[in-house]
Amino acid sequence: MAYWNVLAAEGGGSIDPFVIGIIVFILASFVGFEVITKVPPTLHTPLMSGSNAISGITIVGALIATGIENNTAANVLAFFAVVAATINVVGGFMVTDRMLEMFRKPRRPAGGEG
Amino acid sequence: MSVEVLSLVYLLGAVAFIIGLKRLSGPRTARSGNLVAALGMLLVIVITLVDFTVSWAVVVAGLVVGAAIGAVLAIRVQMTAMPQLVAAFNGFGGLASALVAGAEFLKDAPDHNMETIITIVLSVAVGALTFTGSFIAYAKLQGIMKGSPITYPGQQAVNGLIGAGIVGLGVWVVVAQNALPFWIGGVLALVFGVLFVIPIGGADMPVVIALLNAFSGLAAAFTGFVISNQALIVGGALVGASGLILSSLMCQAMNRPLTNVLFGAFGSGDGGGPAGGTEGGDVRTTSADDLAVALAYAHQVMVVPGYGLAVAQAQHVLRELTSDLEHRGVQVAFGIHPVAGRMPGHMNVLLAEADVPYEQLLDLDDANALLPRTDVVLVVGANDVVNPAARDDPGSPIYGMPILEVDKAKLCVVIKRSLSAGFAGIDNPLFYKEGTRMFFADAKKGIGEIESAVSQV
Repeated sequence: MAYWNVLAAEGGGSIDPFVIGIIVFILASFVGFEVITKVPPTLHTPLMSGSNAISGITIVGALIATGIENNTAANVLAFFAVVAATINVVGGFMVTDRMLEMFRKPRRPAGGEG
Repeated sequence: MSVEVLSLVYLLGAVAFIIGLKRLSGPRTARSGNLVAALGMLLVIVITLVDFTVSWAVVVAGLVVGAAIGAVLAIRVQMTAMPQLVAAFNGFGGLASALVAGAEFLKDAPDHNMETIITIVLSVAVGALTFTGSFIAYAKLQGIMKGSPITYPGQQAVNGLIGAGIVGLGVWVVVAQNALPFWIGGVLALVFGVLFVIPIGGADMPVVIALLNAFSGLAAAFTGFVISNQALIVGGALVGASGLILSSLMCQAMNRPLTNVLFGAFGSGDGGGPAGGTEGGDVRTTSADDLAVALAYAHQVMVVPGYGLAVAQAQHVLRELTSDLEHRGVQVAFGIHPVAGRMPGHMNVLLAEADVPYEQLLDLDDANALLPRTDVVLVVGANDVVNPAARDDPGSPIYGMPILEVDKAKLCVVIKRSLSAGFAGIDNPLFYKEGTRMFFADAKKGIGEIESAVSQV
């Protein structure tokens, strides 16, 4: 807290949210690389569909855009954005769940290891 | 609600995404991880609806329509059709980001500050090309369009001009915040998405889908900058990283740089000559009965599946065959090449659907370590990923691509409909090797015949 205040004071004001955004973006990219390199090849398809569902986070922007006032064109775009993002989110998480359910099956009791 | 609390809730959503991806590091924890990520998404959606002034009629209509379409697609899709579904979902994600950025442009133009207008332009451009590019990938994978590369003279120049046009219009929008260049640029980005994917061949789709996945994430992150929302920035960055890692893994697995995949129009047959023409040797065929004996008395069997397995929907009958062998005491493994199929991990999902335990699915290195000790290897619907020319022939267009060295097994059986060349249009010397037997059949029918023969041994 104090750190941010000092930074803000030295900069002569509050930190531009855009700069904070860049900081967050870069750190999140590194986290992404670290986490995702540990996903085994067997799970690469669910990784794609699951991360795809996460990219549907843009639904937040779509929901907010429906509230833009006195601009029918913007609201029409917002409606289609909500539809597209919801397909992405709902479909993505559901199909990932369907796939991962198959991977969770226990080993067969009568295995042919012998 | 204060903006601080709202930001912390968005942070919680972002943390849920990271935990969800982290739990994908193993099949046992993966499903709960997906649930955590989905709950994070739900939380973020609910808090947005609570805190912001939205148009409820539009929101409810959009959510209902979108959820219905998404759910139907997710429930009805066949596992073999997973690549095209993921491509379609990528497309919807890109479209949504582009539309949000478009709505934000309309809201305040021409009074956006510099950062906002730049990220609006980036979000629209990347989102729009992701949308159309993904649907071309969908059409190719679904068989609506031919999978082979579509090329024409001056293609690179045309793409370059359109790309330059998008950049030019983008600069114009940033400077003047005019609606005209904004919409023309958006349409050009849609066109660019189409032109960018049509010259890429069907078997290069794993790379393209992974790349479009990264783009859909980047578009979401750009939209996050537009509306100053860190949940979008984190979510988008994670997906961008995931897509980039997967596309680079796929490129490594083909030993081709990304630029070659994107611009090389690989698979047009340029390097190959007519199917089966260059090698011209004799092949040795085998019958279901002979093969059944070899399999039933083997100690170690490996199956190497390829896209042909998916096309023939042969995963279930294959599973019956391998279970039968296991009950006879044969050890069975599956050797999975990273680019087998049409998306990363495609074969693993098909085999998981058919109840093959994931412990039996070996990656390239483990499979190659086991192959010299393997008695019989069954190549089902794979071709280029087992082509020894990639290892032995420096003149081959696929030279240097890591392969599954099935020719090191004692007996290699290739189940294939005909001697036709693989996707790369390259003849496969494997078919003419001493230790190789060809079994000419459709994968599903052929494995069925072998299965019934094995049950009578």
